[in-house]
Amino acid sequence: MERVPLERKVLSENDRIAAELRARFQEHGVLCLNLISSPGSGKTSLLERTLEALPQHDRVAVLTGDIQTENDANRLKRFHFPVKQITTGGTCHLDARMIERHLADWKLENQHLEDLDLLLIENVGNLVCPASYDLGEAAKIVVLSVTEGEDKPLKYPSIFFKSDLLVLSKIDLLPYVPFDIDAAAENARKVHPGMEIVKVSCLTGNGLHEWMLWLAERRRAYKPLLQDTASR
Amino acid sequence: MQVGLYCRRAGEDAGATEGIMHEMGIANSVLEAVRTEMIRHPGMYPCKVGVRIGEMSAIDQDALRFCFEAIVRETDLESLELAVEICPLRYRCPACERDFVVRDYDSRCPQCASLETKCISGDELELAYLEVEEYGASTVGTKSSQ
Repeated sequence: MERVPLERKVLSENDRIAAELRARFQEHGVLCLNLISSPGSGKTSLLERTLEALPQHDRVAVLTGDIQTENDANRLKRFHFPVKQITTGGTCHLDARMIERHLADWKLENQHLEDLDLLLIENVGNLVCPASYDLGEAAKIVVLSVTEGEDKPLKYPSIFFKSDLLVLSKIDLLPYVPFDIDAAAENARKVHPGMEIVKVSCLTGNGLHEWMLWLAERRRAYKPLLQDTASR
Repeated sequence: MQVGLYCRRAGEDAGATEGIMHEMGIANSVLEAVRTEMIRHPGMYPCKVGVRIGEMSAIDQDALRFCFEAIVRETDLESLELAVEICPLRYRCPACERDFVVRDYDSRCPQCASLETKCISGDELELAYLEVEEYGASTVGTKSSQ
């Protein structure tokens, strides 16, 4: 019997494509953010309010993933930014190859990465599997709504551990649900010390200013490698 | 936690085998790596493949075993054993230059209580090793009982 060392990542093919994507995003100065949550936590609503608040000339695009339907893309297209739906047909997460393929399709439609500053990816609603798949993003953002229970960060630690920002959503419902928002924040920071947190209601607009500030700050701090040569 | 199992069908977009679903995709990737590695070992067969899974990797060991056993059944790799090593969440305190295992998410340095500690491992999803045996050895076709 002989033991052969393998010593490589199981998802090395996904990671390879993700690394290529990350390099392309950096080359073109595109900040890519990957939004992850359970189904129905409000990722699409947050994106709607975000696109609504951004100036029309902003260089922003959205890739939105779901198992079926073009519903989310149709909702987001109303704001006149480029939006593309990825329907996975059953797969519970987006992977790097799907992103690569849809960017290639976009290119055929004359939509180029170099025309963008910000690419928002809305992952398939699922708090588990998307955590394992690097999409080449600069940061993951996890959305948790106040109807879900404040112990979710402890039950599904991986995604909270890997995300830079926690968006606590639907805070307009706080008077009606037994959700301890401080305990939720504490649990998130237990799993991920120092995690940034914003609390928003897409219905009332409460807290959206803080979210937009976070986004603006991330965009400002993102130093594209080719900033000097990027076309203006 | 059987959450990964509900993710069943392969979609049109899921070109890579690892994209089919969560633990099933992981199990497929492991088998693919075994088959690729075996090309370099003619006259031998694989008996055990070792993988490392971090506590923070969002991979469920039982779900992975379930998927693995389902896809090797009635194939030439039916006797292949899956060995899983769970890797705990480990942090390092730069001040004390000390590594420690984090339990119950308490990432304070056990020596100096500093919170300025850094995660060094715990989200592994890695192929560690493959054990191969020459054909004709006595254990051919049977699962090792060790």
